[in-house]
Amino acid sequence: MDWTAIALSLRLAAIVSAVLLVIGLPIAYWLTFSSSRWRFVFESIVALPLVLPPTVLGFYVLLALGSQSPLGRAWMAWTGHGLAFTFEALVIASILYSLPFAVQPIATSFAQIDRTLLEASATLGVGRLRTFLRVVMPLSIDGIIAAAVLTFAHTIGEFGVVLMVGGNLPGVTRTISISIYDDVQAFNFTAAHQTALILLIFSFAALATVYALTRRPWAVASLA
Amino acid sequence: MSLAVHLRTRLSPRFQLDVACKVAPGVTIVFGESGSGKTTLLRCVAGLIGPDEGRIAIGDRVLFDTASGVDVEPAQRRVGFVFQQLALFPHLTAAQNIAYGLSRLPRAVREERTAAIATSFRIAHLLERRPREISGGERQRIGLARALVTDPEILLLDEPLSALDHDTQSRIIADLREWNQSRRIPILYVTHAQREAFALGERLLFLRDGVIVADGTPDAVLNAPARDSIAQVAGFENLLDGVVVDRRSDAGVMLIRLVGTSVELETPLASGDIGHLLRVAVRAGDILVATERPRGLSARNVIAGKIATVSRQGAIVHVIVRIGVPVEVHVTPTSTELLDLRPGRSVWLVIKTHSCHPVSAV
Repeated sequence: MDWTAIALSLRLAAIVSAVLLVIGLPIAYWLTFSSSRWRFVFESIVALPLVLPPTVLGFYVLLALGSQSPLGRAWMAWTGHGLAFTFEALVIASILYSLPFAVQPIATSFAQIDRTLLEASATLGVGRLRTFLRVVMPLSIDGIIAAAVLTFAHTIGEFGVVLMVGGNLPGVTRTISISIYDDVQAFNFTAAHQTALILLIFSFAALATVYALTRRPWAVASLA
Repeated sequence: MSLAVHLRTRLSPRFQLDVACKVAPGVTIVFGESGSGKTTLLRCVAGLIGPDEGRIAIGDRVLFDTASGVDVEPAQRRVGFVFQQLALFPHLTAAQNIAYGLSRLPRAVREERTAAIATSFRIAHLLERRPREISGGERQRIGLARALVTDPEILLLDEPLSALDHDTQSRIIADLREWNQSRRIPILYVTHAQREAFALGERLLFLRDGVIVADGTPDAVLNAPARDSIAQVAGFENLLDGVVVDRRSDAGVMLIRLVGTSVELETPLASGDIGHLLRVAVRAGDILVATERPRGLSARNVIAGKIATVSRQGAIVHVIVRIGVPVEVHVTPTSTELLDLRPGRSVWLVIKTHSCHPVSAV
């Protein structure tokens, strides 16, 4: 079994989940509560990775990160090496690829919050940011946890984007799914079996967690 | 400190709220049918919706003014709001709900004020419970306490008691009155229930289609309806069309013959010459039913009729009696049983002169 690949995937998924929670919360908030007429455009952009083939997304990310692109050159000037085929490139690509998995569960639970609760908070003298922290966040904690779990699991399992952007460098960009692919190519079925089984069990556990949490509203909140 | 409101806002092509009023300390009832703009008025004052134009001020403090471009955030307005659906925070205990607006104060002060208001609204024993573990009337008290503990400069109540039984309503109203005796802040109380209007209001604004159509004490506005629409929502179940047949200025009464019948009703004198068409408003609860012709009565209107239908609705029995036109009468289930009121039975209706309210012609 490829422990290096498993460790790499876990590290990637942890970083991507953390970053996506931080940027997913404000995006979900805006998508839920904005009355902008252009909201549908941003909804579509956020959902794009759901329908786009991973190779297409990976291809564009590769172009955007390459040594010819402004981003790639800026990175080169700053760090002294290119961005493509690095762990950082994987993180950036995975954030884009998993964005809908973070934003949509959070936006769904935001949308279920009774708006009069937010109005009540305002009339009690509490501003928007503090209302977000004291009312919106606690009441959508199940959606936020679901977002974290789904993002984590989705990042662990991704293949196409990783292959396009990161290639297959052991310890740098070779994730679990790439490792399985490698094993199968080399007719090393025993190793492929072991890693695949771990991924299957992990995915089931993640989904079970999400469904258990989202079945009852306040289930998590009332534990606190 | 009083509240001055002058605003105009269009909510749909067909509905515009256009009101101007000054609200002094004490309870002012905002009365009207649903859709008349009551809640919209409250939401504008609280800053939850921005009117198209106007000015809202508490004393010298301007909350909203299109002329000078002022629009204070709801959180900065110091306006207490109790919502119809209460909007208690489901994830917080009663104590945390009440203390929600006090988070800038030191903990000791916060706890002291929460405990004090919980005592005066009789909810001290519920403080550790969450809203879903608390009954309707007590939840209402928590909603009130949560708004009042922040010491708002005005209080807005949007049908806060409409879901409660009468006893609970009365007790909460009494506690609210007592609380405001020392504070004397302006309270705008939205309701469509006459009972609450009479029990609580020192003044009543009657809203219809976004405009204030009457302004006075609840008694003056609701007991002397100036328009049909007021009579209808104010609980006048019977609106009877008639023609003025006689005027007796010396006695202060006039006779109105109901259209399509030979029934003549004696009513207090109102404008309308002989021959003019008028409408008479009579509350179903103001009419007595007798199974034999009563004698020796002070009431001047005794009318023979026949029962058409009898239907019980909660604690009130609705009886429709035909006197040429259908008249609705409310009686208790006990009287219905004792008098054996049933369809087909001949009865006499007794109506005092001053229970007949002549209103404008159709």
